Amino acid sequence: MQDTKLIIDEKEYMVNSELTVIQALEDIGIEIPRFCFHEKLSIAGNCRMCLIEVVGAPKPAASCHLGVRDLRPGPNGEPPKINTKSQVAKKAQKGAMEFLLANHPLDCPICDQGGECDLQDQAMKYGTDKTRFSENKRAVENKDIGPLVKTVMTRCIHCTRCVRFSTEVAGVSELGATGRGEDMEITTYLEKAMDSELQGNVIDLCPVGALTSKPYEFKARSWELTKTESIDVMDGLGANIRIDSKGSEVMRILPRFNDDINEEWISDKARFIWDGLKAQRLDRPYIRINNKLREVSWSEAIDAVIEKVNETAPQKIGCISGDMSTAEEMYSMKKLMDNIGSGNYDCRQDSSKLSIDYGRASYIFNPTVNGIEEADGIVIIGSNPRIESPVLNARIRKRWLTGNLKVSLIGEESDLTYPYNFIGNNPNLINDAKKIGLDGCKKIIWLVGESVISRDDGLPILSKVVEHALNSGSISDDWNGLSILHTAASRVAGLDIGFVPSVDSLSAGDMSNGGETDLLFLLGADEIEISKGTYVVYVGSHGDIGANRADIILPGSCYTEKNGFYVNTEGRLQEINRAVFPPGKAKDDWSILKLISDKLNKPLDFIDIHSLRKIMFHDCPNLLSFQLVDDQYHVNLKKLASTKGVILDNSLDIKIKDFYMTNPIARASKVMANCSIQKSKKQ
Amino acid sequence: MNVRRIDLSSNEEFLFTDENKDLASREVAKYPEGRQASAIIAVLWIAQKQNNGWLSESAISHVSNFLNMQKIRTLEIATFYTMFNLSPVGKYHIQLCGTTPCMLCGAESLKKVLNNEIGEVGSLTKDNLLSWVEVECLGACCNAPMVQINDYYYEDLDETSFKKIIKDLKSGKEIKTGSYKGRLTSEPSKDPIILLDDEIEKINIKRIKPGLK
Ligand code: SF4
Ligand code: FES
Ligand code: FES
Repeated sequence: MQDTKLIIDEKEYMVNSELTVIQALEDIGIEIPRFCFHEKLSIAGNCRMCLIEVVGAPKPAASCHLGVRDLRPGPNGEPPKINTKSQVAKKAQKGAMEFLLANHPLDCPICDQGGECDLQDQAMKYGTDKTRFSENKRAVENKDIGPLVKTVMTRCIHCTRCVRFSTEVAGVSELGATGRGEDMEITTYLEKAMDSELQGNVIDLCPVGALTSKPYEFKARSWELTKTESIDVMDGLGANIRIDSKGSEVMRILPRFNDDINEEWISDKARFIWDGLKAQRLDRPYIRINNKLREVSWSEAIDAVIEKVNETAPQKIGCISGDMSTAEEMYSMKKLMDNIGSGNYDCRQDSSKLSIDYGRASYIFNPTVNGIEEADGIVIIGSNPRIESPVLNARIRKRWLTGNLKVSLIGEESDLTYPYNFIGNNPNLINDAKKIGLDGCKKIIWLVGESVISRDDGLPILSKVVEHALNSGSISDDWNGLSILHTAASRVAGLDIGFVPSVDSLSAGDMSNGGETDLLFLLGADEIEISKGTYVVYVGSHGDIGANRADIILPGSCYTEKNGFYVNTEGRLQEINRAVFPPGKAKDDWSILKLISDKLNKPLDFIDIHSLRKIMFHDCPNLLSFQLVDDQYHVNLKKLASTKGVILDNSLDIKIKDFYMTNPIARASKVMANCSIQKSKKQ
Repeated sequence: MNVRRIDLSSNEEFLFTDENKDLASREVAKYPEGRQASAIIAVLWIAQKQNNGWLSESAISHVSNFLNMQKIRTLEIATFYTMFNLSPVGKYHIQLCGTTPCMLCGAESLKKVLNNEIGEVGSLTKDNLLSWVEVECLGACCNAPMVQINDYYYEDLDETSFKKIIKDLKSGKEIKTGSYKGRLTSEPSKDPIILLDDEIEKINIKRIKPGLK
């Protein structure tokens, strides 16, 4: 980084010469209005809102387009001079604004963007209060581009942010600008519905109300919403989100900026899931009597649970936790099971073969999401990152766009938005390091998907991958290329806590297979089928697969209704915060467990969430250690590599068949159902 | 206002003929490997020629596949340039220049002829023989007013000569391109009225005077 001296508004500043002028000005705290410029997109320079005066230049210059390096010194070698508040600059900005407003409708009162509209804000600050345009305004037909994004095309100011986003970041060129001049229109090809799993982001990007959220249409005004910072739990990435709520309702979910994880994007599932938070909710306890669920009070329900626990032998009691449980819940559950005297607990309802025996490095995404940008080779094994974690996939695409990245894939072939070398769909291909063809790469990411690890031969495959990783030098002191892409938000925390059965206890697969357990607790576990004969207590939020099977239902809360911790696929601890209260009589899951333990006379040794956390972090220091895998990890991974097993011959199929239907909240959401229908129609 | 949309009424499938495929490939070969999309305008033009003067949805799809481009990108180009017609045109597609110089020299009267013979701007005769649109300056202002019919210019028109052209088109007669006032290219329409003094005349004699009889 090299610094250059500039005279900005008569004052001298040192600025980074690699930046564009608009960025440099922002760095030193001078705000320049803009519409088309966006840090994460290519520069278009077509809105002209960012005009400033460059002293000596014949006309105002677009600061988003102008590199600091391109500024020329004055006649006597003085530093280049620019003015952002001079008469010239102000007049230019006013003029640009007047042109933009000439054709922009005055429909702010009925526009969903109102209150958070760049055009509104900047018109107030940089515009004039009257118009000289007395012709008819233009009008543009609205486009139907799918169930998520609503269009009011007359409002479009042609910044092309949406076009650039879909082409560059999402990697699916679906939006474009047809026609020209006054007749320019943003549309998809013949108004086909958009295809990307990241399309919702164009809503945030659109600086005006041309692209807004269809499900959120006319639901609320931005200023009446309570904003709660939280974490998305739809996949293992843990994208940072903001939950906007009004009263007891979640009105929408927006991304929060975090350059280490999601930059500023979230997937459509994360963004549009919120109608599922209100549907199919379990808001009171139920007990199944004569095959019918009957509403009961909390004390009746808890008593029934206690009775069951007391009459069952401890080793016949088991617990399976789901994909969206917080660390606190799993920890309390584990403690409860310990108190009862049973070691039958498992957080791997998909019968994943990951274990804690080989250290933390064997089950997280070691290179980190940021590390993707350093990698020069990626081997994807049995995963479709585009479906399993769309935002992470966008990061891989971002890396690919910068060039010199080799990607190979063993597994199901599909459009990942970047080209790759398809090796085949037979797990045995992993045996041949040559075929993978990443010679010369120094920092390889070995991306292993959940679908692989939950196969019967998951461990042998993983062990082979680790062996290659070790051989190719991608597990060294400064780079650990082993990357497990978790699809369950709770999985890493579950493993960190040790929510897995010890050798002589039952795993999730055993427990679900009937006969082995008589009483089974499902802590929000919905992706597993429990065979007949077992008495099932379901603690969770939605009337889904688990609740359908349950004999007792204890209503818990969703991720928007509680406080808690999640650990994402990289091993990063992140906190969710309560935005609204759980509906009806539903409670925080950990407090339900505490209640059971008290009634059982085997109380958990904490009284509130704070003391719970204190004990938890004391017991499970791994939770706190982002990335810090113990220095034994070489040894552990070598141990993993040396475990031998037979790799089967059947193809590596991706488990997630439908991106929009992966969890109980999504299955309760109408919007997700629409998307799913839309998608299946296309195929 | 003139929003251009593809006419979706035809579902005739478009495929390049072998000959046109060669032509298109030759265009693609002008650009470096991987930059085949740069040939888009030329290739669309070939497609339009093959498809009776307009680009159907099928043609746009075919060109997109041919150049390995997203369809929306092709559509952007096809809608940007008015040289691409997005709905069927006649065997003879007339582009009438209506810009100021032509207008001053009588483009309006030509427009009347077109209105009478073919119909409103943008219409196509029932027999698919004739269609017309109004365009901006075609760069032949010195021979105003003028029209372009398919690939050629017809200049120095007036109501009578233009009517005759249309009549000939209808009866399938060949029509003459260029000026209809007997001018050679854009030479002065009358005898020279300036630069007439002797000195200049001498210079002029030394120079070859293009076109002057
Ligand atoms: S729709 Fe919005 S983001 Fe897209 S070009 Fe128009 S104003 Fe920009
Ligand atoms: S922000 Fe610079 S031209 Fe749009
Ligand atoms: S004005 Fe008609 S050709 Fe130029």
